Amino acid sequence: MTSVAYDRPSGDFKTSYAADTTIFPTRTSAAFCVAGIALVAAAPLYLDKYGLSILIQIGYLGIAALGLNILVGFTGQISIGHAVFFGFGAFASAYLNNNFGVPVFFAIPLAGLATTVVGLVFGIPAARLKGLYLAIATLAAQFILQDFFARASWFTGGVAGTPAESLTIFGYAFNTDARYLYVVLAYVVIMYLLATNLMRTRDGRALVAVRDHYLSAEMMGVNLTKYRTMSFGISSFYAGVGGALYAHYLGFVSVEGFTILFSIQFLAMIIIGGLGSIMGTLMGTAFMVLLPEAMTALAGQLAGSPIDRALGLNEGIAFLREMAIGAVIILFLIFEPDGLAHRWRQIRAYFKLYPFSY
Amino acid sequence: MDTQLLLQLLLNGLIVGALYGVVAMCFVLIYKASQVVNFAQGEFLLVGAWVCWWLLTTYPLPFYAAFLITLAFMMAFGLLLQVVVLRPLIGEPVISVIMVTIGLSIFFQALMKWMFGVFAKPFPPIFASQTVDVLGLQVQTVYVMSLAVSVLIMVGFAWFFKFSRMGLAMRAVAFDQQAAQSLGVSVRTVFALSWGISAMVSAVAGVVVGVVNGVSSALSFFGIKVFPAVILGGLDSIVGAVIGGIIVGLLENIAHYFDSQFLHWGNLYEVAPFYVLIVILMIWPYGLFGTKDIERV
Repeated sequence: MTSVAYDRPSGDFKTSYAADTTIFPTRTSAAFCVAGIALVAAAPLYLDKYGLSILIQIGYLGIAALGLNILVGFTGQISIGHAVFFGFGAFASAYLNNNFGVPVFFAIPLAGLATTVVGLVFGIPAARLKGLYLAIATLAAQFILQDFFARASWFTGGVAGTPAESLTIFGYAFNTDARYLYVVLAYVVIMYLLATNLMRTRDGRALVAVRDHYLSAEMMGVNLTKYRTMSFGISSFYAGVGGALYAHYLGFVSVEGFTILFSIQFLAMIIIGGLGSIMGTLMGTAFMVLLPEAMTALAGQLAGSPIDRALGLNEGIAFLREMAIGAVIILFLIFEPDGLAHRWRQIRAYFKLYPFSY
Repeated sequence: MDTQLLLQLLLNGLIVGALYGVVAMCFVLIYKASQVVNFAQGEFLLVGAWVCWWLLTTYPLPFYAAFLITLAFMMAFGLLLQVVVLRPLIGEPVISVIMVTIGLSIFFQALMKWMFGVFAKPFPPIFASQTVDVLGLQVQTVYVMSLAVSVLIMVGFAWFFKFSRMGLAMRAVAFDQQAAQSLGVSVRTVFALSWGISAMVSAVAGVVVGVVNGVSSALSFFGIKVFPAVILGGLDSIVGAVIGGIIVGLLENIAHYFDSQFLHWGNLYEVAPFYVLIVILMIWPYGLFGTKDIERV
């Protein structure tokens, strides 16, 4: 389930530790990554504003979803409150920038750190709890922090929300979609590289061990409390950075957006992408961002047709989107529990082994 | 100190708490029988209440007929849900199962909003007199009915699990699945039936809340409020669920009382149970009556 590449020749022929811990198992996979980054970097040339805004959304949501995947997919600790950490990052970054004049460039990582602290506070139960007990604790975190956002108007601006300035480096403002895309892209590359590297270290492997068999892990000398709490902290850090990027992209943060439905959307992203798959996280995020857009487009196509009149598709589009989120979670878990990452590996394997794919 | 208000709120707390207790009981029933943490418990209330409301307003059915049809429908609904969605996931990790119920929860919540709209709709009046006099307090008839129904359900549960054949089989499966199976209890039936019963009884609670407050998507919040109750009582104890539910109901209203009288923070009614939840999880994760997990290697 981890970053094991399935397209190696049959068997594992590595002869050195360096080969075992490499980021890219083959030269082709490295080339694919570079090509993908180049493609996104060139996006302002061939995409309009709408396409760019979707790319940016995928970027910042993908960062936060990666944090959740580290917690859920790699460490096996479920969290149903990811959206509030995302929101906390957004508010923290705007707050630091508005009230202390911290430049946005520094406010984004600082917001990540602030969110880490909050995440660790709510992660204290994680030290003792596991599985469903932890899920319930994060559910409580969701409601407590949501209430805090509505209450703490010094921090969030209360009902009015809070403005967030755009990122400026040496007088160059990243205030359009085409410019901000590069900020998000840089963060995505850095954060995804960090996560990939994390999984190659002792700590990363300890996380996976905690997930796979925590009793054995503990006997092998893995400190359960430390790693459970740590993965909570890392996940919050990612959520905070993602949230901060979101704040400075929209220029405004409202207290209402960070509901439990948003948290569930994050869960849906990593389920669809594949639990415990780093690249899968990005695929799942893209899927979840494009799904509502596709549904709106479909409903727009059907507008005025008998189906639309009978079912009221366009009036109920908000609910249809929610239903779609629920439905894809259920369908993926039943029919494709390893997510898009698994499907992608199968497609790759098919072409690699063609025509002898058995 | 406003004693009258305090008494009124305590009574409210008892009534709401009893309903929490009923829903928590249904939650624990599913958890004990099939080890599934059901995040879609609130949606059972929601679907049941809407179905009953729809039957009452679309066809001029008498209340008891609509109620019975609702119960039958919810039984079938629960069974179907287990067979179609949950059965393929037997043996999957806890995370997958939890997420499926979360998926079910938002699916049905959105479906109900789509079909019936987002605004609360009142039930047609069921009782002739609006209020009755209980020990000098004016209490709405529906509240009395609500408390009576809750107690009735609890007694019914107690009877079912103590004396009926199926109830005993369910307890056997909860206690030791393999042993029960080898003695001829059909585990599949028990799993499906636990979902059916849970959905049906939750729907009763849903209809009761609907009669009192009107039907709206706020009903599904009961499914979330269940968690403080069951954690307090212990995840796998039916008695604990009832007591936990009543405590949470009282606690909410006491928090509301202090909030409105002294603190003026606002919204404490909604959030107080979750603070308690965190504290309990930290110091006492198995609750009042839950069995402690013991790790064996």
